[in-house]
Amino acid sequence: MTEDENAEVVEFSDLGVILTNIETVPGKTITKHFGLVSGSTVRAKHIGRDIAASFKNIVGGELKGYTELLQESRKQAIIRMVQQAKELGANAIVNIRFSTSSITQGAAELYAYGTAVKAE
Amino acid sequence: MLMEQQLRQNKEGIMDISNFINLITFVFLVALGYFAGTIAEKNHYKSIREREKKFLNMPAVTIRKLEDESKIESTNFVSGSVVVSVDYFKRILAALRNIMGGEVISYETLLDRGRREAVLRMKESAFGADMIVNMRLETSTISGKANRKAVGTVEVIAYGTAIKMKR
Repeated sequence: MTEDENAEVVEFSDLGVILTNIETVPGKTITKHFGLVSGSTVRAKHIGRDIAASFKNIVGGELKGYTELLQESRKQAIIRMVQQAKELGANAIVNIRFSTSSITQGAAELYAYGTAVKAE
Repeated sequence: MLMEQQLRQNKEGIMDISNFINLITFVFLVALGYFAGTIAEKNHYKSIREREKKFLNMPAVTIRKLEDESKIESTNFVSGSVVVSVDYFKRILAALRNIMGGEVISYETLLDRGRREAVLRMKESAFGADMIVNMRLETSTISGKANRKAVGTVEVIAYGTAIKMKR
C-alpha cells in the first residue's frame, strides 16, 4: 500500500495487511502461501434499535440501525481475520469472501475468509 | 337472567369496538405504508440515478484478472452495504401475490434498490479509484422473526478490489 492514498479510500488498509479479493496482489509476486484465514462475529442489536427498525418496517426503506450494525461487525470480522494472518506472518490476504447468516431475531453472524500469503 | 344478558351485550359491544379499532389500525398502516413508502421509493430512485451518473467513469466489473498488471498503482479492498425493507402496503400485496403465484414486483424493486445502493456505496468508499474488479454481490435476509418465511428485509453487500492506474 502506498502512503499517499486518499483518506476516504483507506477503509480497511490501515490494518497493516494488503487485502484484495482477486487472486493476486497486483505489482507484487506471491512467494508463500499460509492457507485459509477467517474471522467471524455474531452480533445482536439492542432492543431499542430493534423497535425502531420494526417501526421503520411500516414505511419501508433503509434500516440504518441494521446497516450500521452489519458494517461494524463486518469490520470486526475482518480485523479478526487480519490478526490471524499476522500471527502466521503473512503480509497480504487474497481472495477474500464474505458470508452472512441470520441466526435468531435481530442477530446475525458475519464471516470473512481468505487466503493468507506473503507478497514481495 | 337479565343481568347475564346485559353482560353479554356489553361484551359484544366491546368486541365490536376492538374489532373496529383493529380495522382502523390496519387501514391506517396500509395507507401510511402506501403513501410514505411510495414517496420514499421515488426519492431513493431519484438519488440513485443521480449518483450513478456521477460514477459512470468508475466501472465495477466481475472479471477476476487484469491483462496488464504493471499499470496498476495501488489496490484496495472496498465494500458497501445496505439494509432495506418493504413498506406495509407492499408486504400485503406480496402476501396476496403468494396466493396466486407469479411475479412479485414489490419485492423486485426492493432488491433492485438495495443492490444499486450497495454498489453505489462501494464506489463512494473507493473514491479516487479507476475501476473495481472482481465485484461480488451478496444478499441475505435479516429477519425479524427467524422462523417466518415472509421477511421483506434484506441486506445487500457489494465488495470488490478497487484499482488505481498509473497515470
